[in-house]
Amino acid sequence: MGSGEDSDGKRSLPEHLERMRSRVEVGSKVPSNSEGVYYSGAYSSMGVDNSLSVSDLEKRLKVKILEKEKDRIVFELIGIDAPIANTIRRILLSEVPTMAIEKVSFFANSSVIHEEILAHRLGLIPLDVDPNLFDYMEEGAEPSEVNALKFRLKVQCTKVAAVPAEAKPSLKYHNSDVFSSMLEWEPIGEQAEVFGSKPPKPVNDDILIAKLRPGQEIDLEVLAVKGISKDHAKWSPVATAFYRMLPQVELLKSIEGADAIELKDMCPSNCFDIEESGKAVAVRPGQCTMCRECIRHGDWEEKIRLSRVRDHFIFSIESTGAIAPEDLFMRALQVLVDKCGNVVERLTESLDVSSAQARASTNKEHLSHLTRMSTGR
Amino acid sequence: MANSGGEDLCLEVAGDDPSCATIVLRGEDHTMGNAVRYMLARRPGVEFAGYSIPHPSEDRLNIRVQTIAGGESAAEAFGGSVKDLAGVADVIAKSFLGALEEFSTSMKQ
Repeated sequence: MGSGEDSDGKRSLPEHLERMRSRVEVGSKVPSNSEGVYYSGAYSSMGVDNSLSVSDLEKRLKVKILEKEKDRIVFELIGIDAPIANTIRRILLSEVPTMAIEKVSFFANSSVIHEEILAHRLGLIPLDVDPNLFDYMEEGAEPSEVNALKFRLKVQCTKVAAVPAEAKPSLKYHNSDVFSSMLEWEPIGEQAEVFGSKPPKPVNDDILIAKLRPGQEIDLEVLAVKGISKDHAKWSPVATAFYRMLPQVELLKSIEGADAIELKDMCPSNCFDIEESGKAVAVRPGQCTMCRECIRHGDWEEKIRLSRVRDHFIFSIESTGAIAPEDLFMRALQVLVDKCGNVVERLTESLDVSSAQARASTNKEHLSHLTRMSTGR
Repeated sequence: MANSGGEDLCLEVAGDDPSCATIVLRGEDHTMGNAVRYMLARRPGVEFAGYSIPHPSEDRLNIRVQTIAGGESAAEAFGGSVKDLAGVADVIAKSFLGALEEFSTSMKQ
């Protein structure tokens, strides 16, 4: 039981330790090895280096896009560890900026919805604008073309003549439903020229804001500003952003005949198929939800081994619609680089070393690919 | 305790041993804390790395670094790890762009 050498001539871990390092085991009662081993010297007694260098990662890292739609992307991220994946996920959820309605001035509101509720509903409407075109609005600053967007909502409900009383309200009344599409953009300064053919508007036209009846009206003006979801969830650029580790289903013994049929029927996620020879095979392990149904009873746990691959993430990002999901991922990485640059700058300041030097080295070195993306679009 | 630095970052070094330090960051949370802790742990020469947010309503993130005596100082290891984290982000960005290109060409075929 010694450690061998891998193809690069680097020493590798003995099999059982490699298994512990790279897999999270899912037993019928408890998971094991759930905590990753990240200390650089963890395997030094065996002559194996567990440190991480950026150049090593560059060789090892693999990304593969699995699905890509207008508002959704699913991809595999192979070769990184959970702390990095989780940092990206957290940034996506709460630190990538978007635009959202922040200030509402009411001129009239005779609807049944109270002003504060209505203002909150307006805030949650996703806006189809690129936040990169804007600055954050400083406290006490006046709204201007660089830090705010203005919309006006002016709706009055009236009766439509000669419609039978039993008809639907939408037929009987004019403007009985107030939709997000009724928000009218009012350009500030030179915004009309800047946005030109793509005027800012809500992502979805059919979000119901309020309901009115004849004689009721809503008249308000709103300001949308740039912000991050750490301050308020309305600025979150994603509907969801999550990852899961790749499930692995191993058959330790050959499962045939009646056993194979039992196994196939037992799995609610339909992971198994039966070959012509009557042997069960795990053909769709990716569908496994780790429900453990297949190892729960009898001696099945000796036949099937469930685990997750520790450094293989299936990442899924669903955008609210303002920013394309692939762009969101790039922006999240950009936020991370900016944060690092900022910390290094603060550190060098506190160490009384010229801060300009450090800022230049972190930001310039690492920004090349990120800027390529943003200028390319 | 020797404190240095501005309001939003301070480096606390106990005594005159540069191989141990606690870095106190304001305005950052688990997002940076855990990522930096991870990068530090996997950095050669770092003996111990940990982070804590002592109280959720206080804007304070403590990162503790201890390095092997005679090697890199704790502050250098911290700075190096944060730069490496930016490097990791860049490597991921590069691979992701490559994968996007690959995906769009495979879609066209």
